[in-house]
Amino acid sequence: MKELVCIVCPKGCRLQVDVENDYAVTGNACPRGAVYGHNEIKNPTRVLTSTVKVQGGLYRRCPVKSDIAVPKGKLMEIVTLLNQVELTAPVSIGQVVLPHPAGTDANIIATKEM
Amino acid sequence: MYDLIVVGGGPAGLAAAHSAWQKGLKNILIVERDKELGGILNQCIHNGFGLHRFKEELTGPEYAGRFIEMLKDTHVQVMLDTMVLDINKNREVHVISTENGYQVLQAKSIVLAMGCRERTRGAIAIPGDRPAGVFTAGSAQRYLNMEGYMVGKRVIILGSGDIGLIMARRMTLEGAKVLACVEVMPYSGGLIRNIVQCLEDWDIPLYLSHTITDIKAENGRVSHVTVSKVDDMRNPIPGSEMEFDCDTVLLSVGLIPENELTRSAGIQMDNRTNGAIVYENMETSVPGIFACGNVVHVHDLVDYVSAESERAGAAAAQFVLGETEAETPIRLSNGFGVSYTVPQQIRVNRIDKIADVFFRVRQVYKKSVIEVSDGEKIIASYKRDHMAPGEMEHILLTRAQLDKVAGDTITVSAKEAE
Repeated sequence: MKELVCIVCPKGCRLQVDVENDYAVTGNACPRGAVYGHNEIKNPTRVLTSTVKVQGGLYRRCPVKSDIAVPKGKLMEIVTLLNQVELTAPVSIGQVVLPHPAGTDANIIATKEM
Repeated sequence: MYDLIVVGGGPAGLAAAHSAWQKGLKNILIVERDKELGGILNQCIHNGFGLHRFKEELTGPEYAGRFIEMLKDTHVQVMLDTMVLDINKNREVHVISTENGYQVLQAKSIVLAMGCRERTRGAIAIPGDRPAGVFTAGSAQRYLNMEGYMVGKRVIILGSGDIGLIMARRMTLEGAKVLACVEVMPYSGGLIRNIVQCLEDWDIPLYLSHTITDIKAENGRVSHVTVSKVDDMRNPIPGSEMEFDCDTVLLSVGLIPENELTRSAGIQMDNRTNGAIVYENMETSVPGIFACGNVVHVHDLVDYVSAESERAGAAAAQFVLGETEAETPIRLSNGFGVSYTVPQQIRVNRIDKIADVFFRVRQVYKKSVIEVSDGEKIIASYKRDHMAPGEMEHILLTRAQLDKVAGDTITVSAKEAE
């Protein structure tokens, strides 16, 4: 049995997740909490946001994000890969700056026009 | 002569200008001191913006980008890299820029959308040396996310508001070691989501009921920070000191609405919000000058800033194009458990069907009731499952409810449900 606080809404339900029983969730006040608890223990994922170098823009960094959530354990590996990326302005919102990093299905995309 | 001058090109100013354009104003100018539009959203590269407004999770630059795109379809003019120095009751706006020098611009209406600035070390009087390496969290965020400077390697964060939490994760992702987040209150001021994703994900300890009691320097840079536990009166407890070997301190200790221009225009202020006193349509005590966004009160969600600012922009258009009659307002007062309300005054004949009222509660509530009373009777009540000081509350008062008010004051209060 694992315990965690639900982050779907500000209520902060205390969830118990039964790892041996297909990650069944108790303590949730709504169905969204059950989905969160299940995924958060079985396969926690996060949307990654960071920046990459850009030449010729108003500033030296261009903000980026993963277009879908990626496994939590791969975040550090992906930001390390982003250190090698260097863009040249013009950059448009949604432009892919790094496809499928670290074997994930995600693309890293620019989030600002530069 | 401009129909409308908007001071500030962040989320509040963008939404106000766009809404005023949609309501028929033609000659609109946004004055922005930075080199681009978007304000602080440009440095808030994390996601979570726009869930209410656009029904999807955007990053700060993307959220700003949506509004900047919307403005491209209008003839709203923009002056960048331009500082507003003074505003007066005749709606003259004094601006200065490298390109155009000193100018006095005349407007038929003005929207104040200057936002906030951060409280600094001076505001909370941390003892110790005065070395390099002490930053407000927001300035560190701008250095890191926009200008491309890493501000430190071993970091202590004071304050557990959302900006501090976001920076804990950001510094970690960029290779720094965040040693601790220190919060003087017994609870965090940030969203649970940020506690989980910014601290717990990265094993960063959160010390509640603790504060920084000393900063030591070597060669002009932070070298050690002392953290102490505090008692119920927030006084440091001798003997509880922990020493951290670090080079950087980030401060996330609150925001102050940036109201120098508001004050110099002689606009009435509210000492609870540190913002202007506003009517239901965001008009200040000076006719034709409106205010919206964080310069009025600190919001948690930009979505609400946009909505409020659209009301201000629409009201500015109404002021310029329409006719309005003077009217005695109903005053809103904060009763038990409520720390302020915005608006502070409602002119019943000016509202269409409903008036939005925002406020904050003073403590954490579980199942609770918000009551609005005119002193004789309860005119409206609302149930809540959960309320906290860190989360802005919102109620709607209908025209029908307000028409029933006896006297000229209503009180908003909160209590635990029975």
